[in-house]
Amino acid sequence: MAETGGYLPGALEAEAEKADTRNRWLLSLPAVIIIICFAAGPLLVMVLYSFLTPGDYGNVKWEFSLEGWMNTIVQRDIFDDTLMWADAHISIFWRSFSLSVITTVLTLIFGLPTAWFIATQPPGRRELWLFLVTVPFWSNLLVRTIAIQELIRNEGVINLVLLKLGVIDAPIQMMFTDFAIGFGMTYVYLPLMVLPIYAAVDKLDFRLVEAAHDLYASRWTAFRRVILPLIKPGIIAGSILVFIPSLGAYVTPRVLGGGKNLMFGNLIELQFGAGRNWPLGAALSLMLMTAVMIALIYYVRVTSRDRADG
Amino acid sequence: MVDTAPTTTPAEQRAAKRHPGRAPKGYSMRTLPGFSVIALFTMIVLYAPIMILVIYSFNEGTSLAIWEGFSLRWYRQAAANEAVQDAAIRSLYLAFIASSIGTVAATMAALATTRTRRFPGKTMIYALINQPLMVPEIVTAVALLIVFATIKVWTGHTSMIYLIVAHTAFCIPFAYLPIRARLETMDMSLETAARDLYASPWLTFRKVTLPLMWPGIVAGLMLAFVISLDTVVITEFVKSAGQETLPTYMLGQLRRVVTPEVNAISTVILAAGAILVALFFRLTQRKG
Amino acid sequence: MIDIDNVTKVFGAGDAAFTALSEVSVTIAENEFFTLLGPSGCGKTTLLRLIAGFEPPTAGAIRLGGRDITRLPPNQRPVNTVFQSYALFPHMSVAQNIAFGLEMLGKPKAEVKSTVDDMLRLVRMEAMRDRRTSEISGGQQQRVALARALAPHPEVLLLDEPLSALDLKLRKEMQIELKRLQSETGITFVFVTHDQEEALTMSDRVAVMSAGEILQVGPPRDIYERPAERFVANFIGESNFLNADLAGDSVTLAAGGTFPVRRPDGVRDGKVSVLVRPEHITLGGAGDTLRSTIENVVYSGEATVAHMVLPTGEPIKARLSNAPQGDGALPGAGSQVTIGLAPGAITVLRD
Repeated sequence: MAETGGYLPGALEAEAEKADTRNRWLLSLPAVIIIICFAAGPLLVMVLYSFLTPGDYGNVKWEFSLEGWMNTIVQRDIFDDTLMWADAHISIFWRSFSLSVITTVLTLIFGLPTAWFIATQPPGRRELWLFLVTVPFWSNLLVRTIAIQELIRNEGVINLVLLKLGVIDAPIQMMFTDFAIGFGMTYVYLPLMVLPIYAAVDKLDFRLVEAAHDLYASRWTAFRRVILPLIKPGIIAGSILVFIPSLGAYVTPRVLGGGKNLMFGNLIELQFGAGRNWPLGAALSLMLMTAVMIALIYYVRVTSRDRADG
Repeated sequence: MVDTAPTTTPAEQRAAKRHPGRAPKGYSMRTLPGFSVIALFTMIVLYAPIMILVIYSFNEGTSLAIWEGFSLRWYRQAAANEAVQDAAIRSLYLAFIASSIGTVAATMAALATTRTRRFPGKTMIYALINQPLMVPEIVTAVALLIVFATIKVWTGHTSMIYLIVAHTAFCIPFAYLPIRARLETMDMSLETAARDLYASPWLTFRKVTLPLMWPGIVAGLMLAFVISLDTVVITEFVKSAGQETLPTYMLGQLRRVVTPEVNAISTVILAAGAILVALFFRLTQRKG
Repeated sequence: MIDIDNVTKVFGAGDAAFTALSEVSVTIAENEFFTLLGPSGCGKTTLLRLIAGFEPPTAGAIRLGGRDITRLPPNQRPVNTVFQSYALFPHMSVAQNIAFGLEMLGKPKAEVKSTVDDMLRLVRMEAMRDRRTSEISGGQQQRVALARALAPHPEVLLLDEPLSALDLKLRKEMQIELKRLQSETGITFVFVTHDQEEALTMSDRVAVMSAGEILQVGPPRDIYERPAERFVANFIGESNFLNADLAGDSVTLAAGGTFPVRRPDGVRDGKVSVLVRPEHITLGGAGDTLRSTIENVVYSGEATVAHMVLPTGEPIKARLSNAPQGDGALPGAGSQVTIGLAPGAITVLRD
């Protein structure tokens, strides 16, 4: 080898780095290809479809059209071609949004105390409680929705008990209402609220609460002025984690809401089924995806800021 | 004053003897008024519907109203139902293949994207792997419908392959999570030590990295399996005629009168899921 | 044996670039106990990792016995490392850990077994052979790490602050143990530490490093008694730095008095800094030429330290051994004393 050193400065490192990058890409390739072909790629195809003309029996005709996007919020009168607001769609958007907000608030009301309760248990019992909250979350969503149906349908447990007790004379119609959807979604998404708040409470330094009490704060003031601001990132994270799947929910509204009380997801399905308007379905899907993405970006911001702070 | 007044009552002293080290119950900053009550109520609400479903799956009668005695009638009926058998086998077959392929791909990707400098494309790979988690399932489902419907028309081919690839893609991010978490807790110097002790890169992987990350891989596989078993929306949109899985079969049944048969199937699915989740917890909680 | 030839290592690039080693050259001899000593971040561990092959150098070459090994991956270098964290494989027993390197080298089963037995005996861990590495104490883990690295009988053993996790008593024991192992095995040891006492007691030669450079290489006695630079003097032992004038082979202190010195290479006549170790100073001797004022006196067990000021305002301290049953009757604060310097006590510094 040469007299001094022998290698160009940085040559070995550059070589090693290049090989490392290549290997890492090769390793990632199977996952990347599968996801591009069968998850991410089809979304791009859907963008294309949203600008085409509906076919007569479903699918599309390869003619450019903006009707798909227009039809998301307006509709053309069949007789005189005038445009008017698509009231049906707008009411479905509103139902999706308001039910998602209600679900988020309800899960927060029940989830926050639950998360607090679990986080303040002695360490040994904490894991058991956490496990108990997690198990329903990982059990089949459809099965849990069916369980709610068994509870609230006209011949269901709640009506039975109320009838037996003589509180009511005829069963209350709960199935196929907005209430049913909101109740069902609160039930199925509750663990998503508990887990991030639990993580935040678990991280909470109780010496700060002691300090607040030491400085004459009452229990409530300490909660409002010290605890709440500190666990706020967890609350926001949990809220978004509940809001996102609620907005895109399909199974729960389909089972509990029936054919009339549609949500965003069911409206999309309709266009690929009876509606036979694939471009409109594609446009609606992209709208939903955009809404979810905005919520997600907010979520990432909140959680990464939280990480940077702590 | 000769005698100082006792600072604790005899009752308190007895209590202290019975629970050494435990302070008498009083003011605690960790309990907030009403929170425990709401929490316990929530836990009950979380389990009550599932419990009712399970209990009534063992009811002899058809109606929820009357308990006609313990019976396995609905389980027998479900087991004898050819459509259920068919759907169950298809579900397991699909979950097995999709979770296996997904876990292998996720393991490789996790190895590539953890414990590393920022290499060109890292963020992109990471975003792609997590992409299926970020889009509502219904959106992924209709996007796949659009693509696969066209392919099915062109090729006339309608085998299970569509379901397999769709489930595999959906399983990857779920398998990836626990594997990545496991890798991140692993000490890099162990692999450095193996290299120092004359192990080639491949032997280092086989003798050190793989055995140490194994619990993460198994956890990822189980999670992916559960996810594939649960997935109903994607399956509903991708399946060809006659390719019912258990969830889509049940969803179809719900349009008619609900029979306790669905409860029986649900109970079996719940039990299987609970076992897998319990195993998953054991694997991920135990460190080292 | 090991030739470090003009080695530079830069981490990162652009604004975030950090030079861990800059043009370091040093030669380590066969059978030597060689120590890299320096504060954290001085580049000593980086140099060790470069020798082991865990990182490629940015520039320069590393040779082992005349052979260029710069491009060799770590598994092809006859060099083993004892890691600071020990890096014992948690999924293997003590014996399996020690056997690992031998198995990777493809040694026959019988040889692996007998070597493992030898190693267990060498580090006195025979009883622990089938234990899990998580079931043994820190000191025992340390021994296993040592045995594992020695088992393949490498040409060079690299030790990365292996004693830093042990308590004081165990550390002292292991220092003697390491020295014994080195002379028994005849392997070249390259030892990294930030502990000056460890470096001085164990090494044949010490290289003092700072900010990616080697400042001085030499036997412990040279390093301590003839430090070339202020940094070296300051890092090892306690020091008094005084201003002086160098002329030929003698210096005149600013505070007065002319003393013969050994003149280091490359230092010109004129203003210089000189070093005087506190234990080389005596108080109240007959022929003393320097006067000073005592500021305070600190008793510290085996010695008493007198903090003083010279007439020039320069602080100076003396370390005086305590005599048995002596009353330690040093004059109190504010009193004047005379100072004497032992012959050869003054070292001229290069900076």
